[in-house]
Amino acid sequence: MFRWAATGSGVLLLLVLAAVAVFLVVKGWAAFTASDATLQTEGNLPAGVGNLAEYIGPLIFGTLVAAALALAMATPVAVGIALFVSHYAPRRIAGAVGFVIDLLAAIPSVVFGLWGAQLLAPRIAPLWQWVADVLSAIPGVTVTATATGRSMATTALVLAIMILPIITAVSREVFKQTPRLHEEAALALGATRWEVIRTAVLPFGRSGVISAAMLGLGRALGETMAVLMVLSTSTGAGISFQIFDSGVLQTIAANIAAKFPDSSGLAVNTLIATGLALFVITMAVNMVARWIVSRRHDFSGAN
Amino acid sequence: MAQRIDAKDLNIYYGDFLAVAGVTMSIEPRSVTALIGPSGCGKSTFLRSINRMHEVIPGARVEGTVAMDGVDLYGPDVDPVAVRRQIGMVFQRPNPFPTMSIAENVLAGVRLNNKRLPKADAEDLVEQALTAANLWKEVKDRLHRPGSGLSGGQQQRLCIARAIAVRPQVLLMDEPCSALDPISTLAIEDLISELKASYTIVIVTHNMQQAARVSDRTGFFNLEATGKPGRLIEIDDTATIFSSPHEKQTEDYISGRFG
Amino acid sequence: MRATPAADAAVPVRSLGGLDASTRDLLSTVDKGRRRKDRVMTGLVWLAFLLAAAPLVSLLWTVLHNGMTKFNGYFLLHSMRNVSGGMDAGGAYHAIVGTLLITLGAAVISVPIGLLAAIYLVEYGKGHLARAVTFFVDIMTGIPSIVAGLFAFAVFAIFFGPGVRLGVMGSVALALLMTPVVVRSCEEMLRLVPNELREAAYALGVPKWLTIVKVVLRTAVAGITTGVLLAVARVIGETAPLLIAVGTTASINFDLFSGRMMTLPVFIYDQYHQGPARCAPNATNCLVSINLDRAWAAALTLLLIVVILNLVGRLVTRLFAPKLR
Repeated sequence: MFRWAATGSGVLLLLVLAAVAVFLVVKGWAAFTASDATLQTEGNLPAGVGNLAEYIGPLIFGTLVAAALALAMATPVAVGIALFVSHYAPRRIAGAVGFVIDLLAAIPSVVFGLWGAQLLAPRIAPLWQWVADVLSAIPGVTVTATATGRSMATTALVLAIMILPIITAVSREVFKQTPRLHEEAALALGATRWEVIRTAVLPFGRSGVISAAMLGLGRALGETMAVLMVLSTSTGAGISFQIFDSGVLQTIAANIAAKFPDSSGLAVNTLIATGLALFVITMAVNMVARWIVSRRHDFSGAN
Repeated sequence: MAQRIDAKDLNIYYGDFLAVAGVTMSIEPRSVTALIGPSGCGKSTFLRSINRMHEVIPGARVEGTVAMDGVDLYGPDVDPVAVRRQIGMVFQRPNPFPTMSIAENVLAGVRLNNKRLPKADAEDLVEQALTAANLWKEVKDRLHRPGSGLSGGQQQRLCIARAIAVRPQVLLMDEPCSALDPISTLAIEDLISELKASYTIVIVTHNMQQAARVSDRTGFFNLEATGKPGRLIEIDDTATIFSSPHEKQTEDYISGRFG
Repeated sequence: MRATPAADAAVPVRSLGGLDASTRDLLSTVDKGRRRKDRVMTGLVWLAFLLAAAPLVSLLWTVLHNGMTKFNGYFLLHSMRNVSGGMDAGGAYHAIVGTLLITLGAAVISVPIGLLAAIYLVEYGKGHLARAVTFFVDIMTGIPSIVAGLFAFAVFAIFFGPGVRLGVMGSVALALLMTPVVVRSCEEMLRLVPNELREAAYALGVPKWLTIVKVVLRTAVAGITTGVLLAVARVIGETAPLLIAVGTTASINFDLFSGRMMTLPVFIYDQYHQGPARCAPNATNCLVSINLDRAWAAALTLLLIVVILNLVGRLVTRLFAPKLR
């Protein structure tokens, strides 16, 4: 009896994951089958968007831009903090840093969103303006920046802070597992602390850091509130590289959260269809991350 | 190439705990000095203080002097990184870098200083170091395979090759054969006898026969009781230590009455 | 090992100094470039730490500072019913009730399933099924929270029609996010129970299921409690799924199975979303900033709940965990 209850729960988890996909497909199906004309009239597509692909495409683009920028900002810092904890900081400070990281991880995303929109955006706007001006000095390049600071760049910065804890936590664990033997081998060859890290720690932890970054990417892709609150004025109706400006770029998750409460009928199905796209993308990223973790080969260092 | 080491009144601490007390000894160039003694007597700790690996452990420190060719290794203008470069070390368990090939392992230390090592020079150096470590014939066809694919004894010789590739003055060996089978042990012992022509070698060993076989001089460490510091009881020619030691403790240990 | 002088010369050891260099030089010669690089990297690593600490300090300070303006007993014990415009009134009571109920519902769903699944993985699981469960539990931790909200909506909409918004829908959505976390932490705790304990029980003739209940679970109970509390702390701040599945309301609702509920995270978003209130010129009892003030006060409330859950979770392990080995 007990045995079957336990096994059943395991199976149930698999069924639930399948159910997520099935129900999203079922409820999103109407949007896939509706004609372009119906979608435009009943599906609540933004002005100038003709069909479902034109709707989802820019949203996917916006989602990827936000997540990629966040990852680019967060990974180096996270690896730095992980090294700080595992190899640089005195023991007492290392404990304090661990606490700071745990605290960052515990803060709800809506609080990050409130902070990002109210405090960070207006203060960082001049910096983005300056970066935009500098970049605009390059001939043939025009970069615009919004004075409100509610741009993709600010969003990505908030996302970066939010995914910092998970990347740091996973990297720190991997770095701590570096065999003492290998670090001593490097030290005995006359390596400085940084060289020990470069010869023994980083090669050993590389696959771990990659998968940590992928996990962070997965989280950044699906994060809703921070994006919604910072990017509240963006439409998601087109593709643009003006990451310092507001207006166009929007992410799937934030778009759903913004429009869902006031939608009905086909508009809901359309939003669920975009949610399905998000589900597929994040699942793929997570699977790749887990696959990297589980993969072991000759040079992996697991001996 | 090889130089002498003199330790004088050396006290070694882990935090407040005095692990090794009052060691004074001279280590002759181009010879093999073996350090023997029961577990926990501080012989490995002493060995690690010679190339300043000891201080890597938080709270660890030393008092007194260890000098190479008259220069105090703990002097104010001495850099521990440079010390470790001149005084190489081979560890108890073979530890080739698992993410590197055999050739990269040999070059690991050299590359730290010399990023743009010409390819031909690198190949020469790999061959030289591996030949000197009696490993070249066994691995020359698979230099670009990972070092972790070798047997334990081969890995340990690879580690010796890696250590001598940076041209140190002194080579410290911390129980280099304790994780190896008898045949691999013999290969390492033969290698030690060859290497002493070019290096000052200090070897810590649990195995008295090994000390008798490979070393020119032998130092005996002991501790009065657990919690007390380890001390150097005596150091002399290996033949003297094993035939007619001055100290009763040494004789007891050699004859297997304790330890 | 020096075969020939020529071979020796081919070995580039220039930066070490040759044989003629004095020992003192050898031991104090520091390659300037390497030293500098080491220092630069040390500086960068410290900088990374400061970069992470700065936003945290700023955020905590802002929440504390802005939240304190309206955070008081009145705020905690009054709902938003009959509050409109810029009235200096209203609180988060309804939202606190909703958050606690919905999260409790999520825990009721996810803890039994998660714990049983963990027991399966640790005590029974072998072969393909166990590996599949492990893998997909990992994958499930990556489900975006908004997708969980859409899932809950889709399930209930099929049975109750597209306009449905219920507290229990929020519980389902949160349970979907919480279960994999519960499985992971329970699994970890169960694995910490030494095998000797299990074998000792078997040796006494105790059947396996009873061993698990009486020995394994009892040994791991403190760790499991901690894991559950941390999982609760993690989902209690979720906003997006509740925005979709539970909606918003200004009134107190104690019934998970009927009508919309307000929750703290959604309340924060809702107040923020309303922006500055419009006040007539010389109106009394009207604050332009009242909505944002409430948002910050609610953020402070939510943060306090999360911090308390984390602290209690850690304390449980520290105080009640049995000493193994």
